Amino acid sequence: MENTSAYQNDLNLKATELRLGLPGTTDEETAVPGVRNNKRPLQEVAAAADEKCGANGKSAPPSKAQIVGWPPVQSYRKNNLPAKKPETEAGIYVKVSMDGAPYLRKIDLRVYKGYSELLQALENMFKFTAGEYSEREGYKGSDYAPTYEDKDGDWMLAGDVPWQMFITSCKRLRIMKGSEARGLGYGTV
Amino acid sequence: MQKKRAYSFPDEVLEHVFSFIQSGKDRNAVSMVCKSWYEIERWCRRKVFIGNCYAVSPKMVIKRFPEVRSIELKGKPHFADFNLVPDGWGGYVLPWIVEMAGAYPWLEEIRLKRMVVTDESLELIAKSFKNFKVLVLFSCEGFSTDGLAAIAAGCKNLRELDLRESDVDDLSGHWLTHFPETCTSLVSLNISCLGSDEVSFSALERLVGRCPNLRSLRLNRAVSLDKIANILCLAPQLVDFGTGNYTTELQPDVLSNLTAAFSSCKELKSLSGFWDVVPAYLPALYPVCSRLTSLNLSYATIHSPEIIKLVSHCPSLQRLLVLDYIEDSGLEALASSCKDLQELRVFPSDPFGVEPNVSLTEKGLVSVSLGCPKLQSVLYFCRQMTNAALVTIAQNCPNFTRFRLCIIEPKTADYLTGEPLDVGFGAIVEHCKDLRRLSLSGLLTDRVFEYIGTYAKKLEMLSVAFAGDSDLGLHHVLSGCESLRKLEIRDCPFGDKAILANAAKLETMRSLWMSSCTVSFGACKLLGQKMHRLNVEVIDETEPPCSRLESCPVDKLYVYRSISGPRSDMPPFVWTMDEEGDNNSNQKDFFFLDMFVRNNHYISNSL
Repeated sequence: MENTSAYQNDLNLKATELRLGLPGTTDEETAVPGVRNNKRPLQEVAAAADEKCGANGKSAPPSKAQIVGWPPVQSYRKNNLPAKKPETEAGIYVKVSMDGAPYLRKIDLRVYKGYSELLQALENMFKFTAGEYSEREGYKGSDYAPTYEDKDGDWMLAGDVPWQMFITSCKRLRIMKGSEARGLGYGTV
Repeated sequence: MQKKRAYSFPDEVLEHVFSFIQSGKDRNAVSMVCKSWYEIERWCRRKVFIGNCYAVSPKMVIKRFPEVRSIELKGKPHFADFNLVPDGWGGYVLPWIVEMAGAYPWLEEIRLKRMVVTDESLELIAKSFKNFKVLVLFSCEGFSTDGLAAIAAGCKNLRELDLRESDVDDLSGHWLTHFPETCTSLVSLNISCLGSDEVSFSALERLVGRCPNLRSLRLNRAVSLDKIANILCLAPQLVDFGTGNYTTELQPDVLSNLTAAFSSCKELKSLSGFWDVVPAYLPALYPVCSRLTSLNLSYATIHSPEIIKLVSHCPSLQRLLVLDYIEDSGLEALASSCKDLQELRVFPSDPFGVEPNVSLTEKGLVSVSLGCPKLQSVLYFCRQMTNAALVTIAQNCPNFTRFRLCIIEPKTADYLTGEPLDVGFGAIVEHCKDLRRLSLSGLLTDRVFEYIGTYAKKLEMLSVAFAGDSDLGLHHVLSGCESLRKLEIRDCPFGDKAILANAAKLETMRSLWMSSCTVSFGACKLLGQKMHRLNVEVIDETEPPCSRLESCPVDKLYVYRSISGPRSDMPPFVWTMDEEGDNNSNQKDFFFLDMFVRNNHYISNSL
């Protein structure tokens, strides 16, 4: 009980809140201050479910309250159920900044299967378009370029190295804008 | 020549004759012929089956059967599989091991189902029985790989170690290294339930390599596909094999190595495992498919087209376990390919989803019933059913011995007519005269129980959920089903009348489970007081039943016949109803303390 009121007294809850939604999903525009809002618990759960599904592009129906022991499926079967790959690896969380945006986001790189998924998520998150990637010219057709800081501290253009190599060497992401972006290989004449 | 009368045979002759009688039922019958046969039989009984570990005490068993070599015990009621029996209810095997350690030094086999086994029990087994050969722990819990290490190290002649579906505290894969190099006797090893990521694979390979009689090997999920070819090459004599996870990086030689390895297994008849299947590797199985009689794909997340391809290579299949990804189309293919099919189990891939995620309906089961004349045993999870389909199935398969249908949403009616499924299940019991096991689901009234009581004369086990209208339903079953041994009921409007009217029937059965029904505490007390050979256990984790009115329904009721009286190992949330009222010797003083720890809100409610 005490925790909730202290929590609600904090400013700028939305930016720092832990959400159930995947990165790249749209924020709830209505100011729901966070998971601890007691006033609308059911909608919060439904909203979280929607957010989860929004990233996948389809809406799954909410699962209903489960009856204990029904349907009669033994627990070892439930644990072995498919659909989710066993989450044996920890997530790779990196900060994402975009030039001009007031605050940073954080995303789990393990969630994405490749660059196209990552870019789409970033585009949704920060409301920009990245342009078309080519090895020769980088991201063509946009003012923005997705870059990352690698293990050596260098800023690299995202997309050049194989995905697995990228996610293990990426320390943080930065969506560069304007002239700086062009310097990385975009739009060379 | 003088005429010799039968009972003047010397005992040894009778004993020799009896040695040909293996079945427990027949042995029981033999022992009831006359006193001398009882005596002879009890001294030569080598195998004992105890369907409920609380029905009799270890001392009583040992007293009657002094020369037992093999024992099978069952503990918790079946609904424990679905988390309806609270943890700590009971089913401890240690007291049995302790008694048998002294009385049966030559014990060779222990088979347990739904019992709580501790490392201490396993260590005692390893120490006490010099000729120990077979350990089967089916759906057991409470032990760790440390206990297994003791078994591996201590049992020099171990033939079978089968941990199927048990919940093992997997501390490390190194327990396998405890099998001494001199151990070459293994015939069967099932470690499929072990969870750890690391299995000491080199130890496993060495073990497999030095056991020429190994017939059955079931690996756990941690073993990856690339390791399997090696194992199979070490044991081409395998009859039953369970893979680990059926996936690995796509590499060219893995498939060819695997195919070659499977080809070398000329005796292989049964396959299981298949976690995380990569369909590209399924063709490796083709060399053995024509001989396969049993295939367990119930963990395989492959879809209908791949399943159909595989199954169409298996014309000898008798037993198939599969996820509902097979869909109606797959079942149709199964029906046309596998004419020898006897057992089919279809499990739900998404049991908690509201909408169907696959196209599996009553039609699939109808196809199989039509195409597979030998079908005897069915377990089928689906989301819709009709009376017409059930009637057709019943007419197609009069040889059913086990029919378990689970329509996922409780109280689902016939989706075409909107009616209850009474008539459909009625057809099943009417046509299938040898039906021994039945599980009901869907919308059902008292009428279905009338059919069951009328027709299901060979029925031994009945499972009921969310069905019926009144006590009349239960009464039909208890008064009509002559062969009934086990009855388990949940969430049905069955109360006192039927139970009390049929109290004597309960002594002819192994057990009755009722949860979330309307049996009153008073009726439980009455039953316990009147029926001295029944243990009437009331289970309630929230508050003691005596704190409420006698007319209040109990949460869970478990009634079973017993000749050893109420047990003494009950946890605080279990009460036995007997002559002295409701009893739990373990809970008088500790009750409130325990309940405080378990349920804070109970205390706050009473403030």
